[in-house]
Amino acid sequence: MAGAPPLPQPSGLRAWLLSAEPNSRWQARLGRGYLGWRSFTKNPLAVLGLGIVVLLLFVALFADFIAPYSPVIGGDLRTQRLLPPSETFWLGTDDQARDIFSRIIYGSRITLFVIVLVSIIATPIGLLVGTVSGYLGGWVDTVLMRITDIFLAFPRLVLALAFVAALGPGIENAVIAIAITSWPPYARIARAETLMIRNSDFIAAVKLQGASTPRIIFGHVVPLCISSLIVRVTLDMAGIILTAAGLGFLGLGAQPPSPEWGAMVATGRNYLIDQWWVAAMPGLAIFVVSLGFNLLGDGLRDVLDPKAAK
Amino acid sequence: MASSIANGGGGHDALRFYLTKTAQFVFVLATTLLGLVAVTFFIGRIVPIDPVLAIVGDRAPPAVYARVRQELGLDLPLIQQFWIYLRKAVTGDFGNSVLTTNPVMTDIANTFPATFELATLGTLIGTLIGIPLGVLAAVKRGSLIDQFVRFIGLAGYSIPIFWLGLMSLLLFYAKLGWVPGPGRIDVTYSYLYTPVTNIVLLDTAMQGQWDAFWDAVSHIILPACLLGYFSLAYISRMTRSFMLNELAQEYVIAARVKGLSEMRVIWRHALRNAAVPLVTVIALSYANLLEGSVLTETVFAWPGLGQYITNSLQNADMNAVLGGTLVIGTVFVLLNLVSDLLYRLLDPRTR
Repeated sequence: MAGAPPLPQPSGLRAWLLSAEPNSRWQARLGRGYLGWRSFTKNPLAVLGLGIVVLLLFVALFADFIAPYSPVIGGDLRTQRLLPPSETFWLGTDDQARDIFSRIIYGSRITLFVIVLVSIIATPIGLLVGTVSGYLGGWVDTVLMRITDIFLAFPRLVLALAFVAALGPGIENAVIAIAITSWPPYARIARAETLMIRNSDFIAAVKLQGASTPRIIFGHVVPLCISSLIVRVTLDMAGIILTAAGLGFLGLGAQPPSPEWGAMVATGRNYLIDQWWVAAMPGLAIFVVSLGFNLLGDGLRDVLDPKAAK
Repeated sequence: MASSIANGGGGHDALRFYLTKTAQFVFVLATTLLGLVAVTFFIGRIVPIDPVLAIVGDRAPPAVYARVRQELGLDLPLIQQFWIYLRKAVTGDFGNSVLTTNPVMTDIANTFPATFELATLGTLIGTLIGIPLGVLAAVKRGSLIDQFVRFIGLAGYSIPIFWLGLMSLLLFYAKLGWVPGPGRIDVTYSYLYTPVTNIVLLDTAMQGQWDAFWDAVSHIILPACLLGYFSLAYISRMTRSFMLNELAQEYVIAARVKGLSEMRVIWRHALRNAAVPLVTVIALSYANLLEGSVLTETVFAWPGLGQYITNSLQNADMNAVLGGTLVIGTVFVLLNLVSDLLYRLLDPRTR
């Protein structure tokens, strides 16, 4: 091997990150993060998914600057109704002479609002129910898991429909309904993880040191469950978007004139045959965004949970 | 399970083992169904609409209001109300629909066959295409067909079903004219047969009305393909992963060493073992189509349970909504149960 050029020695930041003997906990964590990032970026589809999600965030944040027209107030009803896509109206206009492109841009805020709120509500519930149930076992486990199974026994959209029917239509109620139907799978995952963790030696050690049950659950079990839960929630976000859009399509989500994508498709239904773009464009936005979340979730799973990727 | 084998596997122990299993099973089923009723009862109580006011109107004298309230049983304690609700639900009495004035159960019995017909055909399409696709993807891992299956799966998890339905109507009905518009059968044919099972394809075929039969086929084909696609996306993806798992097993190598043809190894040996978990997947996808049918039926004006629920929803007809929800939930539970039982029956390792 004398003739071969010497292997390039990593230097600088990368060497520091990849160091086999990190000097601090921070360095070790960052190094692991870097390794994860490297394997994540090897998957072009996952990077595409990340790109779509980042784009969604960007668009939602800067909607005021991107959208050329108002999402709610339309143009001239005599001349600008149901115009096909053109240079002035990129994706055409709807029956109220509103620019569909601008409405989709602003609609991203509603989509983001729903996703964030549902995950903020549903994830802690699932985490709490799952870890408590798994750690305590016994009758607590039986009762909590029976309740979880009952909620799993309803198809998600149908249960959400029934809840929205009772609470009344509206975006907040749609969020509550979707959150109520979202937590059971999280609880199942958190419980399965807890069952594996609770018999490990370090839990026994913590117990011997006299830690209380809440301290063990919240300080030692919960942090270990979080990574697989994050993957599951990310994979679920596409489902949340689709459920919210379905509720919107049925007229139970955000109410007019709010530019919710599902409701926009429902409006377009009346003009489907001659003005196809009214229904087609918002539906395409739903498709692209949920595809982005699915790709991102798949990529994250491969990095964080290599066992499940097979 | 392991303990019963360790005990020597005597007839007595085995019997006790099966009895405990059955008891557990019945307990799980009973509590789940009870829970379903409880959830719908709870939803019915949080409705902001006063059911008494809905009947008597806001100008009724207080005496009438009080009498109707009593007749509805709303003056009783909550737990007693639940008991009455439960007793009625068990006998299939969900009250009357405000919209159709029929008992809700009659409406459900009339609309459910349409949903059943659609979901069954959808699952059939998904299974017949999805399994071969999944097998091919697993065998030719990394090839074009594998990429294709991956793409179909991803798209199936990301496309809003109601949007795809509208777009397919636009393309195949409005632009190409290949299929008739929404609905279940053309009006001209709808009086040519007497509804017996309410499954149009079955009724027309049994009564020899072949023109009506083919008209019904042309109506159902698009929504069924749509549901079939979503079922296919799930089934092909799962088939692929089960087959990859089986193809890595030692018995496959043994079969190859024995000199069996590759066709036989794949389709007779590997697929046969992958079939056991696949049964569960097919049952689950069938259950998922019940959910998908709610939106699909709305798009295609298909007079099934899904459309019944959404119509009732838009008219604040809570009895109908809750009855329909409960029926779908029960069917969902039973399908899961069937898949579980089939799994035990087909896989000797679970015995």
